[in-house]
Amino acid sequence: MKLGDTVLKVRSKNAGPFWVTIDIFCDKPDVYRMVRDRLSNAAVAGLYKVPEQILKRFDIEDLRVIKFSVPRPVVQGSAADRDMHGAQYAALLEEHELG
Amino acid sequence: MPTRVLVPSGVLGLGFDRTALARGVAMRPDIICIDGGSTDSGPFSLGAGQSKYSRAATKSEWRSLMQARAELGVPLVIGTAGTCGTDSTVDWMHDITVELAAELGQSLKIARLYCSQPVARIATAVQQGQVTPLTPAPELDLSNLSNIVALAGAEHIQAALNTGADIVIAGRTTDTATIAALPLARGDAAGGAWHGAKIAECGALCSTNPTSGVIMVDFDADGFTVEPMAETAACTPHSVSAHMLYENSDPFRLYEPGGHLDVTDARYTALDARRVRVEGSRWVPGPYTVKLEGARIGGYQTTIMAILRNAHYARNAQAWVDRLTGFLTGEIESRMGLTTADYTLEFRLIGVNGALGDLENRSGDPVEVGVLGIITARSQDEAAEIGKLINPFVLHYPLTDDEELPTFAFPYSPATTNRGALYEFALNHVLHLDDPMSAFRIELSQTDAKVPA
Repeated sequence: MKLGDTVLKVRSKNAGPFWVTIDIFCDKPDVYRMVRDRLSNAAVAGLYKVPEQILKRFDIEDLRVIKFSVPRPVVQGSAADRDMHGAQYAALLEEHELG
Repeated sequence: MPTRVLVPSGVLGLGFDRTALARGVAMRPDIICIDGGSTDSGPFSLGAGQSKYSRAATKSEWRSLMQARAELGVPLVIGTAGTCGTDSTVDWMHDITVELAAELGQSLKIARLYCSQPVARIATAVQQGQVTPLTPAPELDLSNLSNIVALAGAEHIQAALNTGADIVIAGRTTDTATIAALPLARGDAAGGAWHGAKIAECGALCSTNPTSGVIMVDFDADGFTVEPMAETAACTPHSVSAHMLYENSDPFRLYEPGGHLDVTDARYTALDARRVRVEGSRWVPGPYTVKLEGARIGGYQTTIMAILRNAHYARNAQAWVDRLTGFLTGEIESRMGLTTADYTLEFRLIGVNGALGDLENRSGDPVEVGVLGIITARSQDEAAEIGKLINPFVLHYPLTDDEELPTFAFPYSPATTNRGALYEFALNHVLHLDDPMSAFRIELSQTDAKVPA
């Protein structure tokens, strides 16, 4: 089951030039609990190729949101950057198969 | 003292609902605050010291806000004027304001808050141990920076307001500082002032109708109340609390000059179908630091685009660019005497992994592949020369030696485009200040209303 088919929305955006933050809006409490329990930090760190220790995770029950923040794989606007606003990074999590 | 702040939109230049603005004006706010920029669209604006928004759009919206200000007789404040908030974009915004004042016949006192930082000041602060890195920070290197700005806080906006200015044009400020300044000065709850400012800084993005723009925030001794001004929009506890997620790496803490906001214990309550009350946010005082932003030229670029529609080439696009790159590296060295230490040449495959590069984990069978070649060199002339050298090969290079020369689709002539300077962000550091004003300066000017003849 792909994460994006289960939840309301996955969005990503720069949080300043050096971070990208990804919000998973689960909408329903049962979906929130399922995603919270089945989506591991290791899987997310693997998708974005960052060390797991550096990833920030926030499970926000009130909003039924799970949020991840990772240092940008490349700094915003540097010669190697391909996505100035970081909004397409969300696609990787959207298409991720929940284990 | 309760303070009513009108926020017309998340940024000047993107538009707002004029009817909603009129509704906001009718509610008699104590101040109008709008943001003028951010780093969100990349380092170019800061590097070049230019606004990314058009002068025409900026002037048209600023005219409406200057008229609203005149009707109310309250201050109008813009933070991060001209996208990046360098001294040059503060002056650009000041020129527009003076021009409009003449057109509208307004007599105004204008305060400009300048936030650009001379390299020498930052170098001295580094020597004195007053500059510390955030995570992750690039290595501290102050050479060749075209612009450095420090992000002003509420104290700097308060100082500008204390001059009695009708309009404050501030250089780089934190997203929240312009909105939080007056409630803080009037003794409203500090946690509520910063939290309400964060909620309102993107305009109606904290509501159910983000494009309507206009938001009103009422600050008081216990917290704040937020209400959208467009009749089609509503603020709900969910839309308001969810806004703390937006462009924030930590949704519970927000660092500002002089401390941080902690919203862990904030309570969001619906007052009715459109208004939300927030209490319980905390302000935690800390050392007085201001964040620094800097940009430098990382080279000069020329680009070239070819489209591979032939199925054989579309299927083997990666192998084709790998072989082409090897060949071109040799050609550039033998004909121009340049090695890959002097320039970079990168081909990106649009339709394969154009947006995500190495992170892409899907593969498909694209109908066509756009090959975007990006040359980054030490000067524009050098980049342009490399572009001309590789142009015929990008058009005709074969996948193997024993096949006919192909010809791909160039979408325009000339096939190469000179992009100018590539700017890069160079700082993710904070500057410690004993006196908040010591790295900032305020200048005043006066316009005189001329009675039309």
